[in-house]
Amino acid sequence: MSDDPRLNPDPDHEIDAHTGHREVDPVTGYDTTGHDWNGIRELNTPFPKVALWAMILTFAYSVIAWILLPAWPYGKDFTRGLLGLDQTEMAVEGYRALTADRSDWMAKFEAANFPALQADDMLMLPAMAAADRLFQDNCAACHGADGGGGPGFPVLNDDYWLWGGDPETIAETLHVGINATGADTRFGQMPAFDWMERGELGALADYVTALPQGNADADSEGGVLFAENCSACHAEGGIGGMENGAPALTDRAVIYGQDRASVLETLRRGRQGVMPAWSDRLTEAEINLLALYVANLTQDDVEGQQ
Amino acid sequence: MLRLHYNLEKLSMGLVVGIIVAASIGGIVEIAPLFTIDETVEIPDDMRPHTPLELAGREIYIREGCYACHSQMVRSLADELDRYGPYSLAAESAYDHPMLWGSKRTGPDLARLGEKYSDDWHSQHLIDPRSVVPASIMPAYPWLARPLDTEILSDQLATLARLGVPYDAEMIEAAITDAMGQSQPETEAGDAVRERYGADVAVRAFDGDPARLTEMDAVVAYLQSLGTLTNAPYELFAEGAQ
Repeated sequence: MSDDPRLNPDPDHEIDAHTGHREVDPVTGYDTTGHDWNGIRELNTPFPKVALWAMILTFAYSVIAWILLPAWPYGKDFTRGLLGLDQTEMAVEGYRALTADRSDWMAKFEAANFPALQADDMLMLPAMAAADRLFQDNCAACHGADGGGGPGFPVLNDDYWLWGGDPETIAETLHVGINATGADTRFGQMPAFDWMERGELGALADYVTALPQGNADADSEGGVLFAENCSACHAEGGIGGMENGAPALTDRAVIYGQDRASVLETLRRGRQGVMPAWSDRLTEAEINLLALYVANLTQDDVEGQQ
Repeated sequence: MLRLHYNLEKLSMGLVVGIIVAASIGGIVEIAPLFTIDETVEIPDDMRPHTPLELAGREIYIREGCYACHSQMVRSLADELDRYGPYSLAAESAYDHPMLWGSKRTGPDLARLGEKYSDDWHSQHLIDPRSVVPASIMPAYPWLARPLDTEILSDQLATLARLGVPYDAEMIEAAITDAMGQSQPETEAGDAVRERYGADVAVRAFDGDPARLTEMDAVVAYLQSLGTLTNAPYELFAEGAQ
């Protein structure tokens, strides 16, 4: 005799009308699948109604979305949807709204009238907070989060400037950059003096290293070499101040370092530090805002020292 | 409907056919737009492909897994436009195989990075990120100072040309000398790169030393080219933002 329950109908159980199976589990009242593993039978639990409704709602939503939103591609185009939504247009509109929100105070920075702007405390309060954000996003990578500079990158919160530290000059530097790609860029290059002989380089390095200590001898070999080769840019005695990008060598603020090894490296290889131009990336008002912010970094520092 | 499914489950071949039909619908909806992608993605007239040196840098960018933390796609959201600039266009990565849009930003998006910082900064930042950005969690890549292997560049250009990137026979032929030339400003080889790829291509000693061609040259050249291959997104955005 076969074990197959279908061939041996149990007369105590009715045939289920829905599934055609014969056995209904007496505890749960659910139909069983009819499979039998050593006497263990599997319940044929009905599909949950919640999941069924969720699926129906999902289908319904997708049909509505097809009609209202951009959906089906066909060839070179796609169905635009009744709402006519366009994500890029929405983003640009949102950007315009952002700009408009700021414009009541931002617009005042379009004219570079720095003394008037600085005198307006009610304006400077929100403006400097925004300027700090701009500075962190664009300038801090090289000049440091607090404007404290970095190896090879100028300190902005001290009073030593290569091109001038008033807001007008800083704005101009931001516009055109230094040794940047544009045609109007500020141009400041320390050429390589690799043609000098080793002894001459050493003597010159000794002289330059001694300059900040104030014990450099202008009549020494290095001093004579300096007068012949360097003073055209760094001024006589290396006092700088010519605002041509060449630093003063007497003030301990040389960005590449003024120990003997650094000076020798500078002499052998030259230095062409680059500050990118920002006029394509930032608006006129943003540049003026940043110029004031950077000028204030210096003032805060000088006041802090007093 | 449920009865149909119930019965289908008992017919193995019937169920197989049903699965194939259902999966195909999903597949076709995703694949079909690609059949016309040549017409739907408009390549701007001023769009240039990467130079061989930038391409070598791109390979290193992939090798070092930069894409795992940096995306290269400014999304069309207002605050992204405010921070990064114009949203990315599909055409900007049309010549990229594979594209490097990425989906995760542990570091910032790089799509508009080109010419934002100086070459010196990039070199220093890659060798020791904490020396310039103390709060950075980016790993250091000091080994980029080793010489660049240019051997496969010609073949690589030829392969990309077969995939539709507009490299001509001359560019493929000169790939290796162009890679060297782009890091040597004011030389004949350097001028030749500009002649072939456009006057706006940056020809500089990216790692600060024109005598040596290093992986640093390649990576910095690539990073400085991001977002500079075409002006179209900037023009489009400027129109809209007025």
